[in-house]
Amino acid sequence: MHNPLRSEADAFRWVVVIGAGAVSVIVLTLLTRPVVGLIWAAALIGFGVGFGYRAARGSLPRRVEVTRGGDGKHRVLVVASETVGGGELLNEIADRCRGRSCEIFVVTPALATSRASHWASDVDEAIELARQRMELSLIAIAELGLKARGEIGDSDPSVAIEDALRVFAADEIVISTHPPDRSRWLERGVVDRAREQIDLPITHVVVDLSAAPVVR
Amino acid sequence: MESATATLGHAHEEHHGPPEAHQSSRIDRQTLGILLFIVSEIMLFGAFFAAYFFLRVVVDPPTWPPEPYELPKLVAGINTAILVSSSFTIHYALESIRRGNRDGLKLGLVLTWLLGATFLFIQVNEYVHLGFSARDLGFGSIFYSLTGLHGAHVFVGLLLLSFATIRAFRGHFGPKAEDHLGVEVPGIYWHFVDVMWIIVYVSVYIL
Repeated sequence: MHNPLRSEADAFRWVVVIGAGAVSVIVLTLLTRPVVGLIWAAALIGFGVGFGYRAARGSLPRRVEVTRGGDGKHRVLVVASETVGGGELLNEIADRCRGRSCEIFVVTPALATSRASHWASDVDEAIELARQRMELSLIAIAELGLKARGEIGDSDPSVAIEDALRVFAADEIVISTHPPDRSRWLERGVVDRAREQIDLPITHVVVDLSAAPVVR
Repeated sequence: MESATATLGHAHEEHHGPPEAHQSSRIDRQTLGILLFIVSEIMLFGAFFAAYFFLRVVVDPPTWPPEPYELPKLVAGINTAILVSSSFTIHYALESIRRGNRDGLKLGLVLTWLLGATFLFIQVNEYVHLGFSARDLGFGSIFYSLTGLHGAHVFVGLLLLSFATIRAFRGHFGPKAEDHLGVEVPGIYWHFVDVMWIIVYVSVYIL
């Protein structure tokens, strides 16, 4: 669900629609009786709420703006949360960077422990956990002989990717998730949405933490 | 994006002051701020409307407005048209600056300010000639509370528009979205004020 009121232009459209509805209520009331106008106003409000709800469903179609580097370095944006230290992910990063000058940027979304914590912005613990995971993964990537840096990202991985692309001129993106039967990101279509919106090669790596231990 | 960057080897650099604000790229902070403010304003108006409809539905006077009071529907209707037209002029101002038309921006802002000031002037004039005060029954209290609350919002909107207009004449603002937030944010607020008046007018004067 997205915010249906995001700009002045959106607000202006609401003014026009509400103004038109108000004119119809005024005309009906003056021609008949106030109770008729009241019923019509209630119907319009109900219709408006329903229409607004429908209009706000889903995500807005858009393309993500990508920052371009152009200095010959190959830049890989790695997006991973709990799987950030997974062996499969580290192998994939090593393969991507074999034989070329490479720079890695790791984004670890700070996932709130519960929906209540998310809505209350009680994310301090989530940020700290994400930071610990990220620092361990940076050390592991450095042990592969690669230059890496990282950031804690938004709890929504799609937003975290979008934010990262504004500051890191990625040539490709690697998204790491749990296997399909356990991955909330896959359930929410994070990888598919990234492929639709971002004009960069995107690799999806599945890390099965129950099969292979995380790098510690 | 959470700003706690942890570059390898610099993960525990000393940081002074509060952390940077949490920022998502989907909506800028100023716009989000005014939207949240408007949500709180809707609740404030909601409380006044609750009192108004309580009076009308629960107290249920035989006529509305109660005898012998009358509300000037026509004058208030014209005033409504003036205020709603100011939404079109502020939108014109913003569309102009989005296209790089600085003269259009200035014209739109000045017209909006004038229309808003005219609305406020007519409303004050209406108060003078109404023939009842806020002390006359619950009706008088709620009428002046609702319309006065809205009038105060128009006044604040005019202040915001004044700042935006002065800045426009000083050469501020540009076509890029981040360069005209100083008009965009008051514009959203102004539309909210217009919508609220439409609801106040229909509820209090018409229904």
